[in-house]
Amino acid sequence: MAYQTTVGGFNFRFDDLRALMARATPARSGDYLAGVAAETDGERMAARVCLADVPLKTFLEDLLVPYESDEVTRLIIDSHDARAFAPVSHLTVGGFRDWLLSDAADSATLAAIAPGITPEMAAAVSKLMRNQDLILVARKCRVVTAFRDTVGLPGHLSVRLQPNHPTDDPRGIAASMLDGLLYGAGDAVIGVNPATDSIPALMNLYDLLNEVIQQYGIPTQSCVLTHVTNQIQVMEKGAPVDLVFQSIAGTQKTNESFGINLGILDEARDAALSLKRGTVGQNVMYFETGQGSALSANAHHGVDQQTLEARAYAVARRYSPLLTNTVVGFIGPEYLFDGKQIIRAGLEDHFCGKLMGVPLGCDVCYTNHAEADQNDMDTLLTLLGTAGITFIMGIPGADDIMLNYQTTSFHDALYLRKLLGLRPSPEFEAWLKRMDIMDAAGQVQPVGSRHPMLQNLPRHLLAG
Amino acid sequence: MADDSLVHPDPWQMLRRHTRARIALGRVGSSLPTREVLDFGVSHALARDAVHLPLDTAALQRDIEAVGFEVTQVASRAADRHTYLLRPDLGRRVAPEDVERLKLDARTPGPDLALVVGDGLSSLAVARQAPPLLAELKARWPEGWRSGAVVIARQARVALADEVGEALGARMVAMLIGERPGLTSPDSLGVYLTWAPRVGCNDAQRNCISNIRPEGLSHAAAAQKLLWLAREARRLELTGVGLKDESDVLEIGGDAPKALPSA
Repeated sequence: MAYQTTVGGFNFRFDDLRALMARATPARSGDYLAGVAAETDGERMAARVCLADVPLKTFLEDLLVPYESDEVTRLIIDSHDARAFAPVSHLTVGGFRDWLLSDAADSATLAAIAPGITPEMAAAVSKLMRNQDLILVARKCRVVTAFRDTVGLPGHLSVRLQPNHPTDDPRGIAASMLDGLLYGAGDAVIGVNPATDSIPALMNLYDLLNEVIQQYGIPTQSCVLTHVTNQIQVMEKGAPVDLVFQSIAGTQKTNESFGINLGILDEARDAALSLKRGTVGQNVMYFETGQGSALSANAHHGVDQQTLEARAYAVARRYSPLLTNTVVGFIGPEYLFDGKQIIRAGLEDHFCGKLMGVPLGCDVCYTNHAEADQNDMDTLLTLLGTAGITFIMGIPGADDIMLNYQTTSFHDALYLRKLLGLRPSPEFEAWLKRMDIMDAAGQVQPVGSRHPMLQNLPRHLLAG
Repeated sequence: MADDSLVHPDPWQMLRRHTRARIALGRVGSSLPTREVLDFGVSHALARDAVHLPLDTAALQRDIEAVGFEVTQVASRAADRHTYLLRPDLGRRVAPEDVERLKLDARTPGPDLALVVGDGLSSLAVARQAPPLLAELKARWPEGWRSGAVVIARQARVALADEVGEALGARMVAMLIGERPGLTSPDSLGVYLTWAPRVGCNDAQRNCISNIRPEGLSHAAAAQKLLWLAREARRLELTGVGLKDESDVLEIGGDAPKALPSA
């Protein structure tokens, strides 16, 4: 169906819902690269005016990516919860924005409708929302998950400790782990991006992470961010796998370019569940996503990158993950050009994920060829903190020496917790206090050279 | 004057020898000390300059000629850096007039291994690493192989070499290109080798050697690896996933570093 409206005496026409969604999206380089963006500001506003009148129900019938050829679309439609959708099913996209901002939409109500919200509905309403709307509504959404600690409780902020090393040197990884733990980071996950994909080397990494967690009795979980098929293999060989990781996207074809499909993810999750390694919960999956991946894989179906990103959260939702991470500025300036675009995308992703009931965290990050710097990261970090982000990254000095990009540091996490009065997960906080890393008032404090963790270093550090 | 008593040093300085990661930075309150904010800022400035400062093509041409190669220059279809960053597709194609010139100048038979030097995302990497790498290649150049002139390409992405190789009628092409700069590595060069280059080749059809810089893979080791791959490519008549890099296996006991030193 075509849409049309008049803005300032100019008539605008949009051939179909896919075009309408793309033209209504705030400007970003990836949509220009794909040739789907609005050509003028007038056209963009005309699209928003039209979009506001589209009934939410339309998104269950007018499918942006064909049902027949895309298993993500089939997942979205076949698993749609009509009963959860009922309270908002009469609304238009514009009416939905008003409803979300109203006091009627409290935390319990939002949690109840989440299974009825499709990614396209979430993406559509986000296109009509200002940054403050995205922040205010996301903050009302509660998504609580657990494995060895409990993540996502209101008033808490968790941190993924990311101790990467360009050659997977066990001493280098252990040194960064210790650095992060002594700064109070690591309650979301201790997750390494390995340089290698050789199975024996990966087995060693799992053992390293597991040993450090055991040695200090840390209530957290580990993850090695290698391809899911490698993780299935190492589980068969008896590796101590806590969380299974995979990069996912919003179309079947993009997922195929990652070498995965829903069946492979099902298999991996079943294998991880059978290990029964969680103590306070069994959310065993960790996903990463990011706007632009579908265009990069030439599999975007003419849909804008933000809508496709929200569809990735439908994939995530199926597996009840502990964590889902939008790696917002990693992909480069041809998709998100500058700080302004990265900040907007980070807020959209967090909002859409939370509205759909997915535990969204954000890798607040940029590459050196993007028009962004630490000040942009401070801005997004602070905004996401106020929006109730589930977790952020923590890496020594914000500099990932393996992946060559800048993300947030252990210091950044302490800044955010201090500024907004946010606390680590309850189990992890109790551990930090027991270890004398956090004082009774809840502040992380410098430790002395006689601290037990420095007196009793991980085995891998003593070897060197 | 700085008041050092405000800065809490972290008592695990001894761990810094295990990694180049920014560990044990210390803190003021829970924030970064001034010294570390400045150190990070300097690294970021160098990385950004590596992306944005234009490649000095005249100086590079002199340096490459001094090594003993002829040189020719082309531009991509991305007119400037802004366009280059936003439109990867334009950086993958040679400007039409330059394609015509390459075709006119092409000799028959074409090069066995054509060499292209592209600025990519780090002009600093190209200026520092390309001439010494080419010198090491020259010293080991296989008997009887034609290289033709080295082609310097401005605002270039990896796939631009496909069109150059095709225009020259080359059996294979190596693209020496500035990698995306990291804070600790603003000057790292990558090399991509492609058999039977033509417009439309994809990344699965290439072999890559990365992290070429004195602190990473040395120029000599990179040259050795590239020529090993090129000989194998000629034998198998392919590059990419079908060509496994086993140059290290054959050199066990040699001093070719496989990777970065750990600290």
